[in-house]
Amino acid sequence: MKIAIASGKGGTGKSTIAVNLAYYLSEYKDKKISLLDCDVEEPNCHIFLKPEIINREKIFLSIPDIDNEKCTGCGKCVEICRFNSLALVKNKIMVFPELCHSCGGCWLVCPEKAISKAQREVGELIDGKSYSLNLTYGKTRIAEPMSPPLINAVKKWGKDFDIQIIDCPPGTSCPMIAGIEGTDYVILVTEPTPFGLYDLKLAVEVVRKLGFKFGIVINKSSHNDHLIENYAKSEDIDLLAKLQDNRSIAKVYSKGEVILEKLPEYKELFKNLYEGISSN
Amino acid sequence: MKELVVISGKGGTGKTSIVASLAALAENKVTVDCDVDAADLHLVLDPGVIYKEDFCGGKTAKINPDKCIACGKCFELCNFNAISNSIKIDKIKCEGCSVCAYFCPVNAIEMIDKKSGEWFESDTRFGKLVHAKLGIAEDNSGKLVTKIRNHARMAAKKENAELIIIDGSPGVGCPVIASISGADLVLIVTEPTMSAIHDAKRVFELTRHFKIPACMCINKYDLNLELTAELESLGIEIVGKIPYSKDFTEAMIKGISVIEHTKSAAAEEIKHIWKKIKEKKL
Repeated sequence: MKIAIASGKGGTGKSTIAVNLAYYLSEYKDKKISLLDCDVEEPNCHIFLKPEIINREKIFLSIPDIDNEKCTGCGKCVEICRFNSLALVKNKIMVFPELCHSCGGCWLVCPEKAISKAQREVGELIDGKSYSLNLTYGKTRIAEPMSPPLINAVKKWGKDFDIQIIDCPPGTSCPMIAGIEGTDYVILVTEPTPFGLYDLKLAVEVVRKLGFKFGIVINKSSHNDHLIENYAKSEDIDLLAKLQDNRSIAKVYSKGEVILEKLPEYKELFKNLYEGISSN
Repeated sequence: MKELVVISGKGGTGKTSIVASLAALAENKVTVDCDVDAADLHLVLDPGVIYKEDFCGGKTAKINPDKCIACGKCFELCNFNAISNSIKIDKIKCEGCSVCAYFCPVNAIEMIDKKSGEWFESDTRFGKLVHAKLGIAEDNSGKLVTKIRNHARMAAKKENAELIIIDGSPGVGCPVIASISGADLVLIVTEPTMSAIHDAKRVFELTRHFKIPACMCINKYDLNLELTAELESLGIEIVGKIPYSKDFTEAMIKGISVIEHTKSAAAEEIKHIWKKIKEKKL
C-alpha cells in the first residue's frame, strides 16, 4: 500500500504526520515499512529519524553534448528544442544545461549524429535505516530547477516495501503531482487558518481531478477548526484525525524528535488514522 | 527601482504574513505574489482586479485520430511516459516537448497552446498587487513567476514606484529560482526549529550561488532560544527577531496584516525590520 502525505500550503505538518505514521506502523505492524521523503527541495524527515545511511546515489538527467567536429551548424536541434536549452551562435551550438528537460529531441533529430548524451546532476538519493523502518530521501543540487526526476528515483527505490509512506512536496504543481502519482491514498494535511483552508481547497481540486482517494488531517488543531470542518462536511470529505496545537508537541518538533517516541500518548491517534485509511 | 524578495525554504514560517505587513508599511511600491501554486497574499490584501490575462506557458500534444495509424512511434519516443500504448496523451504528464509531433510519420500530432493559469493586476489598500493563479495540476510555475515579475516592473515604472516587494514560494526549485534571479535583496523568514534551520541553510546557499545579498528574520524566536542562537551564528545578517504571537493567526482570520491588527511586540518588531531594510537604501 502506498500512502501519500501532501498539502497545498507548506509548513502545515506533512513531515510530522509522515514520520509519525511510518514510526507507528514500523513499531506496531508486522510489515516492511518505508518512508520515502519526496520533498526533495527541502527534505526534513531525516532530521527526525536520524537514519544510519546505507546507500548514496547521485541522480542524473541526460542532456546534449555537441561534437563540434561533426556539427555543421544546421540548427535542426535548436528548432526542435522547446525549452530554449540550445542556441545557434556563430554557426556553433551552445548548450544551456539547466534549461534542458531531457526530451531527447535534439539527439534524435541531428542529421550528423553529432549529439551524444552528457549528464547533469539533479541531486542525490540517500537511503538508510532508522528504528525498524527504512527511510529514503532525495536532496536536489542547489540551483537545480527540476525535481521530478529525483522524486521518481526515490519512489522507485521504495517499491518493494509492504507499506510506503510518501512525504510529498508542497503546492499543487508538477513536483506535488510527481509525489502523489501511483499512490493508493492521499492524506491532505492542513491547518485551521484562512491560508490553510484556501490551499487545502486547491489540493482537493488536484486529487479530485486525478481521481485519488483522499482524506484530511488537521494539524495545529485549535478553536478555529470549524474553518476546515465546515468545508470538509460541505464537500463530504473524510476528516481522518486532528493533532492539537500545543506546546509539548511544538517543543518535540522544534528539537527534531519523533512525537510518538517522546509522547507515546499520541499512539492512538496514529492507530486511528491508519485504520481510517486502510478501511477505505 | 529595487526588488526585495521574501522567501523561507520551509513553508509555514510566516513569510506571507510578513510580506503583507511590509506591504502595509512601505510606501510607493508594487507588491507581487510569486507563490503562484499556493498564492495566499490576496486573502489579506483583498485585491480589486483591474486587468486579467490568460497564461499559456507551453504547448501540449493533440492526436488526430483520423490520421493516426497507431504505429507506436510516439509512445516509444516520449521520455515523459505521457503517451499510453493505446496512443492516448496524458495531458498532465505531457511537457510539450513536441518530439512526438516531429517524428510522427503521418503528421497526426499537433502541438496546441495550453492555458496553464491566469494572472492579474489589482488595486489594494496598499497600492498595486500583481498576482497569479496557476491552473490545477499545471506546470511552468517558473515561467509564470517571470511573467508577473516582468509585469510588476512595468507597473512600477508607470507608477514611479521605487520598490517591488515579492512574496516567493517555499523550496529552492524552479519558482524560487525564477523569483530571486536578478533581485537586489532577499529576506529569509525562518523559525528556530531543526527543520526550518535545515531549509534556511539551503535557501541561503541558493542566494550565494546567484550572488544576491540576503538577510534573515527569525519568527517565533522565543520558541527555542538555543536554536535561535544557532541561526544567529550562520553568518547571515539578522534584521529582526519576532516573538511567538497568536496575532499572526488572528490577523489572518480578520483578513488584515499583523501591523493593522495590533500594536503588540510582534507588530513593533516587524516595523523595526522594515526600518532596517529601508536603511539598506533599497
